[in-house]
Amino acid sequence: MSAPATLLDKLWADHEVLRRDDGTSLLWVDRHLVHEGSHHAFAKLSARGLPVAQPDLTFAVVDHYAPTRNRDRLDDPQIARMIHTLQDNARAHGLRLFDLHDPNQGIVHVIGPEQGLTLPGLLINCGDSHTSTHGAFGALAFGIGATEVAHVLATQTIWQKKPAAMRIRVEGALCEGVTAKDIALNWIARLGADGARGHAVEYAGSAIRGLSMEGRMTLCNLSIEGGARFGMVAPDDTTFAYVKDRPFAPKGADRDAALEAWSMLVSDPEAEFDREVMIEAGEIAPTVTWGTSPEQALPVDATVPDPARLPSEKAETARAALDYMGLQPGRPIAGTPVDQVFIGSCTNGRIEDLRAAAAVLAGRRARVPGMVSPGSMLVKKQAEEEGLDRVFTAAGLDWVGAGCSMCVGMNGDLVASGQRCASSTNRNFRGRQGRGARTHLMSPAMVAAAAVTGEITDVRALLAGRAA
Amino acid sequence: MAGWAFHKGLAVALPRDNVDTDQLIPARFMSVPRSAGYGDYLLHDLRRDEDGALHPDFPLNRHPAASILVAGRNFGSGSSREAAVYALVDAGFRAVIAPSFGDIFAGNAVNNGLLPARVSPEDAAALTQALHGATAEATVDLETGEIMLGDLHVDFSLDDSWRTKLINGWDDIDLTRQHSDAIARFREGRRQVAPWAWPAAEA
Repeated sequence: MSAPATLLDKLWADHEVLRRDDGTSLLWVDRHLVHEGSHHAFAKLSARGLPVAQPDLTFAVVDHYAPTRNRDRLDDPQIARMIHTLQDNARAHGLRLFDLHDPNQGIVHVIGPEQGLTLPGLLINCGDSHTSTHGAFGALAFGIGATEVAHVLATQTIWQKKPAAMRIRVEGALCEGVTAKDIALNWIARLGADGARGHAVEYAGSAIRGLSMEGRMTLCNLSIEGGARFGMVAPDDTTFAYVKDRPFAPKGADRDAALEAWSMLVSDPEAEFDREVMIEAGEIAPTVTWGTSPEQALPVDATVPDPARLPSEKAETARAALDYMGLQPGRPIAGTPVDQVFIGSCTNGRIEDLRAAAAVLAGRRARVPGMVSPGSMLVKKQAEEEGLDRVFTAAGLDWVGAGCSMCVGMNGDLVASGQRCASSTNRNFRGRQGRGARTHLMSPAMVAAAAVTGEITDVRALLAGRAA
Repeated sequence: MAGWAFHKGLAVALPRDNVDTDQLIPARFMSVPRSAGYGDYLLHDLRRDEDGALHPDFPLNRHPAASILVAGRNFGSGSSREAAVYALVDAGFRAVIAPSFGDIFAGNAVNNGLLPARVSPEDAAALTQALHGATAEATVDLETGEIMLGDLHVDFSLDDSWRTKLINGWDDIDLTRQHSDAIARFREGRRQVAPWAWPAAEA
């Protein structure tokens, strides 16, 4: 009988090619996802004259620079160059490319799961910090830099020190209007934006088991905003049902073998974690950020902190954040007027997110302009089949194509300086959505509520008598 | 990449927490090829006004020759963009000293010869105070794990494997290719044990 092991232990052992004396492991990579931003890594590879080691395990997608409108013309030469470079690299190395006009195109962390490229038990790398998303399937998934991307391209392996294991248990039932986004912002506000640094977070507990795959992906996606490079949820029937019949997922005898292997991917009851955190689901309220770090988040019915009342090491940071955000200390965050809204991103651009937003917007008009960008063209198609697009356009919001869009602004979808945006994205960093842009992170339903009233609003008031 | 074990240079303080990757290099500059140089983009929107003119009071603008940066907690948090490290390296920095770093940033830094030196919050504050808005000559010793600035002696922590890598200037691809037989054996074993881990043929 072997020692009790965590999910992290099991996934690590399954991928460890060797371990050096200094404790660094060489890990096998099952899936490597690349995008336009991987140009530095391809340049490193060609400088050495090396091929891609495993083109069959490497998948490319146009997302960061993907225009969300007028896709037939790439007017911006910089954007055109980025997309053409990826196309050239994919062609040169024989990679499957989800190109701009592919009906399955979308954000890498949306299409990986959608296509069945993301599976339980895999090690998944991508040159993007939100690769933690894929851990929702019980995979070892983490973001890497360009030097590491080049290394994975060249060797299909990565050197990595095993992180410490942390478990965040969320027990009980979530209140109405409270989502995975709120769970994430809650724990990040509690532990800090570096609270889980050096750790792999496993999310557990009844509230997590009750989340859909979309919710688990949102939660794991945001792990990096709390400092954790890895987030994961043990796979269960919800996971297996999601994966079934996806294009690249195992079929027949392979699926049977997979299900047997995947059922072992749980932390043993006696397994010890380096750190444990417990959260009562019922105590989590719809949450919104007020500052310029995801840790600067509070319940929507709370007041903006007063730096004068904060511990000295936090006061200066809070003062600078309030100054950038144009907020007054001590005032309720609800009622803060917004200039625009955005629904989309790898965090909250999936079908369930769009349904939640549409449930609030149905039969209502948005008081401010805004954009809804589905996470993939398949999400877009499904939303249109369900009539969600008509809810958004009837409300006065723009319904556009799939990509990273206004979460990071690389494709030109930007928030203007000084403008305040209620956003379903992942980072409220200074300048993230555009120079001088003021971002308030919240769930898609909360963004929809802000659209309806033109100010930061407790979505629960707008859900009365409606199914979310 | 050349390794290094000891560095002497001018230190400058940027006493802010959460200097994230989007501040280190705004996304709009990331399509530039590395050969063009990233130094001018470092902390671009903090250093420059809307017209591109440098703010004369910003610490890095007052002291462009600095090569050691003392910063607040959670430095380099956020995205995996290695361009954040390129911007620091191309602007002449060899070491960043802070109470904590984003995990991905720290790995990227080491891969580019930039030291992410972790110190206690008290030591970071002491270094910042000793600099009092100006620069001073400081030394960083990778072998002893010590920073010296005037009378101040501060220990920093760094993973041993990272220390070795910085000192030797090792390139991981060359190292890994020495293990190509072990990797090939592992791949064949995985194909046997977990054939489902290979993507099914696209329908």
